[in-house]
Amino acid sequence: MADTATTLVAKPAAAAKRKRTARERAHSRTGWLFIAPFGVVFVVFLVTPLAYAFYLSLFSKGLATGTAFAGINNYVRAFTDPSFLKGVWFVVRFSVVLIPVQMLVSLAAALVLDNLTNRFARFARLMIFLPYAVPAVIGALMWGFLYSPSFGPLEQIFGSFGLDAPFLLSPDNIFYGLMNVVTWQWAGYYMIIIYAALRGIDPTIYEAAKIDGANAWQVALRIKIPMVRSALVLILVFALIGTLQFFTEPQVLGPVANGTITPDFTPNIYAFNLAFKYAQFNYASAISFSLGAIVFVGVYIFLFVTRKRGSVL
Amino acid sequence: MHYLRGNTVKKKALIAGLSAVAIMASLAACSSDGGGSSNAKPTNCNNKIVNADAPVVSVWAWYPNMAKVVDNFNNDHDDVQVCWTIAGQGADEYAKLQTAVSAGKGAPDVVMLETDQLTGFEIQDALVDISDLGANDVKKNFAEGSWGDVSQGDAVYAVPIDGGPMAMIYRKDIFEKYNITPPTTWEEYETAAQTVKDAGGPWFGNLGSNVPAALTALFQQNGAEPFVYDLADPQKIEINLDTPEVKKVMDYWAGLTEKGLIGTEDQFTTDYIAGVVGGKYGTYVSAAWAPGYLTGAGVGQGDDAGLFAVAPLPQWDTANPVSVNWGGSALAVTSQANDKKLAAKVATGLYADEASLTDGWKTQTIFPLNKDVLTSDAFVDNEVEFFGGQTANKDIYIPAADAYEGTTYSPFSVYYYAQLQAQLVKIAAGDVGGSQAADDLQGIIVKYAQEQGFTVE
Repeated sequence: MADTATTLVAKPAAAAKRKRTARERAHSRTGWLFIAPFGVVFVVFLVTPLAYAFYLSLFSKGLATGTAFAGINNYVRAFTDPSFLKGVWFVVRFSVVLIPVQMLVSLAAALVLDNLTNRFARFARLMIFLPYAVPAVIGALMWGFLYSPSFGPLEQIFGSFGLDAPFLLSPDNIFYGLMNVVTWQWAGYYMIIIYAALRGIDPTIYEAAKIDGANAWQVALRIKIPMVRSALVLILVFALIGTLQFFTEPQVLGPVANGTITPDFTPNIYAFNLAFKYAQFNYASAISFSLGAIVFVGVYIFLFVTRKRGSVL
Repeated sequence: MHYLRGNTVKKKALIAGLSAVAIMASLAACSSDGGGSSNAKPTNCNNKIVNADAPVVSVWAWYPNMAKVVDNFNNDHDDVQVCWTIAGQGADEYAKLQTAVSAGKGAPDVVMLETDQLTGFEIQDALVDISDLGANDVKKNFAEGSWGDVSQGDAVYAVPIDGGPMAMIYRKDIFEKYNITPPTTWEEYETAAQTVKDAGGPWFGNLGSNVPAALTALFQQNGAEPFVYDLADPQKIEINLDTPEVKKVMDYWAGLTEKGLIGTEDQFTTDYIAGVVGGKYGTYVSAAWAPGYLTGAGVGQGDDAGLFAVAPLPQWDTANPVSVNWGGSALAVTSQANDKKLAAKVATGLYADEASLTDGWKTQTIFPLNKDVLTSDAFVDNEVEFFGGQTANKDIYIPAADAYEGTTYSPFSVYYYAQLQAQLVKIAAGDVGGSQAADDLQGIIVKYAQEQGFTVE
């Protein structure tokens, strides 16, 4: 029965298609032309470099040897390279600690701002968002000065209690020093995303909750957070991708970190140094692709897990 | 109706097609602009071209007085003009040059390189042997040690400009306060450091993790030869980083660090300079370019004016003093230069005229290697303002430069320095001792050299 229905419907459609072939073709050609500008940029600046980098990663070239086909050897080397693995382990640890902190800060700020409607709220919203408007490089430079043992405020604050200020870029503290910079930079941006999602909730739902006797906490925890879940998943994915590719802040803070930020500090920094300082473009390409694979797998697993649980996205 | 619609579609298609073509064209324009810098006449020079008709040679360099040097050259020459660009200082420039070398285009005709970077680019065939292109004619202007640093056998890959004979800069006020005289041996250096510390004084010196080149020079002072390498046999290298000579120096500095006698802050940072100004360090073991660098950073101009003096580098064995060198640059011709002879003319002539050299040493921008300057009365008898009128050239730096015998660098200096830096960070944190760090370093560098296809002996 169902089969007959499909054929019945399909037949006239197919007939119509045959009749309009010329016009359809013109249409589809026009469509292609419309996406051509994007297509060109996409191919030239994304697909081609990726393909070229992948091609490079299949060869190897030492300083003392010529270029030779290496197959997957570079990838085998990458996944047994302590420098790369150490960097991956660092960004994974960093993500695990940083992302919850970032989310908590931005979620709390968004919930508070959503509840306030006075002029102060608008001002605060702008101020919390402001760090995101500061370019990452300038932000990192600024923090470099704030962390400075001679010029930074920490010295004065701790000094007034007769203590030595901790150097937040020392090997023991760098994790928290960087976490602070990144949270400062991104929490405002995530806050805006959550805030926008909160604004999109129908206020009658709150009214209904209030009539049912829910207090402000319950509204926040039981209604607002579940309803902005998709926004939370979105920023989690952003944060995960961004943190696994951690580059700018450590790269900028490197020169003032007393050598704590090594050339293999994060996988991206390692790839950059391999290519542009050690002249190993082939191996650097393999490192980049390996990192890409790790990010892809990480994000895929994450999306899979959240989809099952909350059926969002 | 149908006709009209078709027409609109055609028009739209036409517009879309045109815009696609326009974008493609602009992309193509971009790429051809980016790559053609060495072919077309460069237009983005930091300087003015005096003789518009003369062929132009592009130069990357970062000497602080380079603007004057380039103007001097362009005014003196009708047959060639220099187009000068600052492509970053040190590591930044090397990264750009490395990229251009790997890409096969985009490098300048002449490039300023520190001597320890030359071998790494030579092995990639990025530099041209200019011995027959005019370099041998200026060989007589330079001491053997400095010439050895830019050549491989008979091949010459750059023309030396400035050097960095090492000495010990110290604070007169601190030395007077704790009643010490400049140490002549490293043993005395440690004793003096202990004296100052016991009296509650500041750190006696500093070993930042970001000065691996200085520490390597100190290895050599103790007779170490970290690398034995000859471009004539480019696949063979000898790596000696775990020898007793290296370990002794490593243990010495690790010991000073461990005993809290010296600081471990990175140098060339605002914090370090603030420390130098504030009297946080009794000495600064550094090269002849240091006074110029410190002056430029604002040291010796406020309350600390006239407090600095310089003494010869402490020795391991005063009976056989050894002079070493840290830093110093040269001008090399890249293999991407269109007219190599013309480029070599620039490499040998730029920063070689008297006016430029005089400006260089008077402003303490460079410690020149040109013998004419090194022996000129004005230079020899110069009373250096930074050192409170001390005749530092005559007493300290010229003897050190004369005694310098040259260095053999590895073809992977950047990697080696990065690994030595990592070891220094570990030493500063108290994670490893000096000898252990030397052993670890040897293992890492040997492994890297093998990965790069070298036969390690």
